[in-house]
Amino acid sequence: MKWDEFFVTGEPMIYAAMVSIVVVSIAILIGLTYFKKWGYLWREWLTTVDHKRIGVMYILSALIMLFRGGVDALLMRTQLAAPEMKFLDAQHYNEIFTTHGVIMILFMAMPFVIGLMNVVVPLQIGARDVAFPRLNAVSFWMFFFGAMLFNISFVIGGSPDAGWTAYFPLASLEFSPTVGNNFYSLALQISGIGTLMTGVNFIVTILKMRAPGMKLMRMPMFTWSVLITNVIILFAFPVLTVALALMMFDRIFGSQFFTMANGGMDMLWANLFWVWGHPEVYIVILPAFGIFSDIISTFSKKNLYGYKSMVASMVVISLLSFIVWAHHFYTMGAGVMVNGFFSITTMAIAVPTGVKIFNWLFTLQKGKISFTTPMLYAMAFIPIFTIGGVTGVMLAMASADYQYHNTMFLVAHFHYVLIPGTVFGVLAGMYFWFPKIFGFRLNEKLGKTAFWLIVVGFNTAFLPLFFLGLSGMTRRMYTYSADTGFGPLNMVATIGAFILAIGFVVLCYNFYWSFRYSPRDENGDPWDARTLEWSTPSPVPVYNFAKVPNVKSMDALWEAKVNGVPLYEEGPYEPIHMPNNSGQPFILGLIMFFLGFFLVFSWFIPAIIAGIAVVVMLALRSFERDHGYHIPPEEIAATEQKLRGDSV
Amino acid sequence: MARLFPIRHVIGYIFSLILSVVGLGVVFWDLNPTAGLWILIVCALIQASLQLVLFMHIGETDNKKSLYFNIAYALFVGLVTIFGTLFTMLWGW
Ligand code: HEM
Ligand SMILES: [Cu+2]
Repeated sequence: MKWDEFFVTGEPMIYAAMVSIVVVSIAILIGLTYFKKWGYLWREWLTTVDHKRIGVMYILSALIMLFRGGVDALLMRTQLAAPEMKFLDAQHYNEIFTTHGVIMILFMAMPFVIGLMNVVVPLQIGARDVAFPRLNAVSFWMFFFGAMLFNISFVIGGSPDAGWTAYFPLASLEFSPTVGNNFYSLALQISGIGTLMTGVNFIVTILKMRAPGMKLMRMPMFTWSVLITNVIILFAFPVLTVALALMMFDRIFGSQFFTMANGGMDMLWANLFWVWGHPEVYIVILPAFGIFSDIISTFSKKNLYGYKSMVASMVVISLLSFIVWAHHFYTMGAGVMVNGFFSITTMAIAVPTGVKIFNWLFTLQKGKISFTTPMLYAMAFIPIFTIGGVTGVMLAMASADYQYHNTMFLVAHFHYVLIPGTVFGVLAGMYFWFPKIFGFRLNEKLGKTAFWLIVVGFNTAFLPLFFLGLSGMTRRMYTYSADTGFGPLNMVATIGAFILAIGFVVLCYNFYWSFRYSPRDENGDPWDARTLEWSTPSPVPVYNFAKVPNVKSMDALWEAKVNGVPLYEEGPYEPIHMPNNSGQPFILGLIMFFLGFFLVFSWFIPAIIAGIAVVVMLALRSFERDHGYHIPPEEIAATEQKLRGDSV
Repeated sequence: MARLFPIRHVIGYIFSLILSVVGLGVVFWDLNPTAGLWILIVCALIQASLQLVLFMHIGETDNKKSLYFNIAYALFVGLVTIFGTLFTMLWGW
C-alpha cells in the first residue's frame, strides 16, 4: 500500500480536518503537560471504575460525537440547500451520510443513553455501584476505542460509503473495494461487544443490587426502562455481532456469505442487520421514555399515572420489537403474506406506545406543573414524537410504503422519532441529573433559549422533508435539478438545521457559564424530586449511600419528605466495601483499537500480535487477586459532615 | 490446586473448538445439504448446551423462575430470528 492510499488525499476540507486534528491533539498534550494533569487524568478518569465517572465519560464522548455527527449533517444540508450545488461531490456525500448515520445512532445516541443509565440507575435503586464495576470500565473503553477507530477513517483509509445500513452487495469487496467498510465492520464490532457487556452488567445490577424493600414494582420508571432496554440489548446485539463477523469474513478473508456468487445471499445481510436494527431503535428510545416519565411526574408533583401499564407496555414493546424487522425492506420483493404479517406487527406497536402517551397526559392532568428546562423537553416530546409515530404507522402499510420507501418522507419520519424521542430525552435527562453529579444546576435561562432554538430549528429542518418526500425527492441523493421544484423547501430545511446548530452552541455555552457562575446546590435535591438518587448529597460521594436506604414504597424520597417515613436507619456507619481502580480496561481497549486497525488494512502479522496481547490481558485479569478496599466509618462520617452538614 | 483448576471451562473450550472444526468440515468437504444441515443443527444444540452448562453454570441457582424466564425469552428471540428469516427469505409466502 502506498502512502497516498493510506491517507485520504485530494480534498481541501479533509486537509483542513487533518490539520485541525493535529493542532488540537498537540494543544491537548501541551495543556496536560503544562498544567501537570497527566497523573490526575490517569488516576481519576482513565482508570476509574466508578459508575458515575464512567457515565460522565460516556456522556462527554456522546456530546463530542453529537458535534461530529452534527457537522456532517450541516455539510449535507448545505449541499442540499439549493439545486445543483457544488459543495460536496457524490462520493463525499455518500461518505458523509454514512458516517452521520452510524455516528448519530451508535456513537451518540447509544453512549448518551448508556451514560445516563450509568450515572442514574445505581443511585435510583440504592446501590453503591453496578454489579461488575471493572466490566463496566471495559465496556466504556471498548465503546470509546471503537468510536475512535470509526472516526479516524475519514483521514486514514477513507470513510465507509455504503450507508449506515451497509447493504450488500454494495458493501461487498466487489463494489466497495476500499477499506472504508472494513472500518465499519470492525469499529462497530468492538463497540458492540462493549454494549453487550453493558447489557449483562445492568441486568444483573438491577435484579441483584436493589436496596432492601425496593421491589421490582417500586422501581422508578427510568430504572424499569433501563432493565427492559438491557434485556433487548442482550438479545439483539449478538445478531449484530454475528452479522458483522460474517461481513468481516467476506471482506477480509474472502468468504461468500453475502456475495451474489457461490451460494451467498446478499439480502441476508439486510435481514440480519434489521433483526438487530429494529430492536436497536427501541434500545435508544425506551430509556428516553423512562426519563420523560420520571421528569413528568417530578415536575407535575404527582406520581406517575398507570405505573403498571407503563411497565407492561414496555415489556410488550420489547417483544414486538423483535418481530417487525422486515418493514425495512417491504420493497425487496417478499410475498403478500410476509409483508402483511410485518405490517400488522408494526402497527401493533402503536398500541402500547399510545398507552404510554396517554399515561403521560394523565400524569400531567391536574398536576402542579413547573416548566423547567427538562420539563420543556418532555412537553415538546409528546406532540412532536406523536407526529413521528403517526407517520411511522403510515410507513408500516406495506403497499403504501412502495411510495414512501427511501424517500425524504422516511428521513423526516425517523428524525421525528429519533430527535424528540432520543435526543430530547437524553438532553432532558442531562439537565435533570446534572446537579446530582456536579453539585449545581445548568442555567435555566440559557437552557430555555437553547430549547426554543432546538425545537424551532428541528421542526423547520424536518417538516419540509415530509413534503419533499411525498413529491418524490429520494434519500441519499446528493443533488437535484431546479426543474424538480425541490429547491425552496430544501432551503427552508437548511435554515432550520442551522438554527438547530445555534441551539447546540448555546447548550455548550451553558456548560461554561454554569461552571463559572451557577449557584452551588445546597441540599442535594434542587428539583424537589421523588426518587432515591435525590436523597444523597450532591456531588454524590464515591460510595453513593453512606447507609443503605430502606425503601417502603414507590417514590421513596417523596414519602420520606411528605409523610416523614425515614429512609435511613439511625446508628453508626459501617465500613463500605469499594472496588479498586484499574488501568487494565483502558489498555485492553487500546489494544482492541490496534487489533481493529491492523485488521482493517489486512496487516495480519501485527493483527496476530495484537490478538495475542488481548488474550494476555484477559489471562492477567483471570489470575488477578483484587478484593477492593474498605472505607472506614470515620472517613464516611467526615465526608457526610462536609457534604451535608449535620442532618442524617 | 486441582480444586482451583477450571476443568469445566477447559473441557467446554476444547469441545467448542471441536464443534467449530466439524462445522467448517461441512463446508470444506461439500457434504450434501441435508446431511450437512443435520450435522450443523446437532452441533448447534450441543454447543448451546455446552455454553449453558459448562460456562454459564445453569442449574446452580435456586431462583428457577428467573431462569425459566430467561430461557423462554432467549428461545423466543432465537426461534423468531431463525424461522422469521426462513419466512421472509426462503419460504416464498
Ligand atoms: C442535528 C440535526 C440533524 C440533521 C440536520 C440531520 C440531517 C440529515 C440528513 C440531511 C440526512 C441525509 C438525508 C439523505 O440525503 O438521505 C440524514 C440521514 C440520517 N440521519 Fe440525520 N440529521 C440530524 C440528526 C440526526 C440524529 C440525532 C440521528 C440519530 C440519532 C440521525 C440519524 C440519521 C440516520 C440514521 C440517517 C440515515 C443515514 C443513511 O442514509 O445511511 N440524524 N440526516
Ligand atoms: Cu424498524
